[in-house]
Amino acid sequence: MTKIKKAKSSLSGMIFILSLVAGLSALVLGSVYKLTEEPIKKAKDTKELEAIKEVVYGDFANNPFEERFTISTADGKGKLELFPARDENGNIISVAIKTFSNNGFGGKIELMAGYFVDGTINKYKVIEHKETPGLGTKVAEPKFSEQFHGIHPGKHVFKVKQDGGNIDAVTAATISSRAVVDAIQRGYDAFNKLSAGN
Amino acid sequence: MDKTSYENLTRGIFRENPIFVMLLGMCPTLGVTTSANNGLGMGLATLFVLILSNCAISAVKNFIPDKVRIPCYIVIAATFVTVVDLSMAAYLPTLHAKLGIFIPLIVVNCLILGRAEAFASKNSVYQSFLDAIGMGLGFTMALTLLGITREVLGAGSLFGWNFAGEGAETMLLFIMPPGAFLALAGLIMAVNRVRGAAK
Repeated sequence: MTKIKKAKSSLSGMIFILSLVAGLSALVLGSVYKLTEEPIKKAKDTKELEAIKEVVYGDFANNPFEERFTISTADGKGKLELFPARDENGNIISVAIKTFSNNGFGGKIELMAGYFVDGTINKYKVIEHKETPGLGTKVAEPKFSEQFHGIHPGKHVFKVKQDGGNIDAVTAATISSRAVVDAIQRGYDAFNKLSAGN
Repeated sequence: MDKTSYENLTRGIFRENPIFVMLLGMCPTLGVTTSANNGLGMGLATLFVLILSNCAISAVKNFIPDKVRIPCYIVIAATFVTVVDLSMAAYLPTLHAKLGIFIPLIVVNCLILGRAEAFASKNSVYQSFLDAIGMGLGFTMALTLLGITREVLGAGSLFGWNFAGEGAETMLLFIMPPGAFLALAGLIMAVNRVRGAAK
C-alpha cells in the first residue's frame, strides 16, 4: 500500500477538522431529524390508537383519539390523557386512560388502561417501559395481564399477592408487576375523581 | 475476488470473530442477548452501522490529523447510529420498540471504534467495506447464537416460539445478567475447542 502523507496535527488544523466533522454531523442529524419527525409522530399516534382499540370494551363509533382530553391525577400533581369510546348514540361505553408509574424496575412505565364506565378494569397494554427483557417485560403477556380483567380497584383489594392482594406477580419481576398495578390504580383514581365531580 | 479481499471478508466470520476470539464489544453482547430476536436485531443494526462507519472513516482518513482521529471517529459513528435510530423509529416502529435503548448503545460498541482504528484508518474504502461485512456478520452470528442459548435455557422458547409450554420451569438465571457471562463462557469454550482441533 502506498503511504499517502497524512494531514499534520497542527493546532489550527486539528481545530478546523474537528469543527468540520462536528458541523457536518450536526447538519446530517438535523436533516434526518426533520425528515423523520413527521413519520415518527404518526407511528406513535397509530400505536396509541391501536392500544386504545385493544383495551376499551366493545366497538366504538367515534374516534377516541381525536376526542381525547387531559384529566388531573387524584393528588392533582400530574396529568393523564383520557380517551372516551362512544357508541352510535354518543353514550360513553368505555374509556381508555394513558397512565404511568414511576416505580418500574427500569423507571417509568407507560400503560394504556381500559375501564368500564363504573371503573372496572377491562384490559391494559404496555406502551413504553424500560423493564428487564425476559423478566419485567412479561407484565405485557396475557398470563399476567388477564388477571386484571373485571377487577374494580375501588371494591377489590387491588394489589399483588406479596402485598396482600390477589394479583399473581410475574416470577422474579415483583417490582414491575407492582408498577403495573400502581399505574392502573393511578388511572382509576383520576377517573374516579372526574366521575365524582360530574 | 483476489486473495486479500477474500481474506478481509472472511476473517471476521470465524477466525477472528469479534466476540468469540477478539472479545470486542462485550457490553452490548452481554446486555441485549436475552432472546434470539434481540441478538439478531442488535447484530444487524451493528452490521449496518459498521459498514457505514468503516466506509466513511476509510474515505476521510487522510484528512484527519492523527491526534484528533479518535474524537472524529466517534462523532462519525455516533452520527450514523443516530441516523439509524431515527429512521428505525420512523419506518420500522415495531422493531424499534423491541430493540429500544440497545440502538443508541451501538455508539459505545468498541467493535465500531476498533475496526475504524485497526482497519479502516489504514486501508482502502473497498477493503474496509469487506472487512465491515465480515466483522458485522461474525458479530451478528455470535449474538444470535448467544441469544438462542440464553433464550432456550432461560425462557424455554426459540425466536419467540415457546416450546416448553406455558409456565414451564426454566433456568431463569440464563436470562438474567449472570447467565450472560455463563452462556458466553460456554460458547467461547466450545469455539476454542473447535479452533484448537482445526490447528
